[in-house]
Amino acid sequence: MSGELLTRDLGPAVEAEVAADMAKRVLPVLPVLVLVAGLIWGPDGAASGLFAVVLVLANLALSAALLGGAARISLTLLMVAALGGFALRLFLLTAVVYLVKDQSWVDITALGFTLIITHLGLLIWETRHVSASLAYPGLKPTPSKLAGGRR
Amino acid sequence: MLSLIGHFFAQTAPDEFLDGLSAIGAGIGYGAAAIGPGIGIGIVVGNAITAMARQPESAGMVRTTMFLGIAFTEALALIGFVVFILIKFA
Repeated sequence: MSGELLTRDLGPAVEAEVAADMAKRVLPVLPVLVLVAGLIWGPDGAASGLFAVVLVLANLALSAALLGGAARISLTLLMVAALGGFALRLFLLTAVVYLVKDQSWVDITALGFTLIITHLGLLIWETRHVSASLAYPGLKPTPSKLAGGRR
Repeated sequence: MLSLIGHFFAQTAPDEFLDGLSAIGAGIGYGAAAIGPGIGIGIVVGNAITAMARQPESAGMVRTTMFLGIAFTEALALIGFVVFILIKFA
């Protein structure tokens, strides 16, 4: 095995930072999201919307944990974690939805639409933030550095 | 063979037949929707590993972009999953 394959990244777990940042961002809009889902689909829709947000956050957290852990071990394992993790998370998502589909509080339409909207909305929001700072959250430039750069 | 198929259709109620077709369609749709993101994630991670091997000092930025890229690619599979649950369970 060549040395390249054993290379690993012992830097900070940036994936976990990004996932935690997304979780923090969803908290203020969570009541609005649940309220809108409740207005459109009723109380079951509100409960399903809340459940969908929890699923999206759990999905991102699991993805971050798998990728961050794999990067600390080996970059080769990162590839395995990314593709294996994708399949695993899709399986878990399917299993969870299959298990709750017959519950009285589940509205499948509300669950599905909130799942997509939350996932895409959070990602676009986070990408905008990361693009604006031109660095991952751990390297976000401070105002003093920005002012120094402008001089 | 044709007579066997004809016999099968004659024995099957129209509703059951449509349910079967929708189940087949949902399954194929979900599977097909997962293939593209699988290829996309492979490309994203492969290029990220190459970038990290070339410039280890920018690994943090590369991993951030990779994580967001994976999540964006996965959104396609999620759309396929939602279509699947809407067809199958709604």
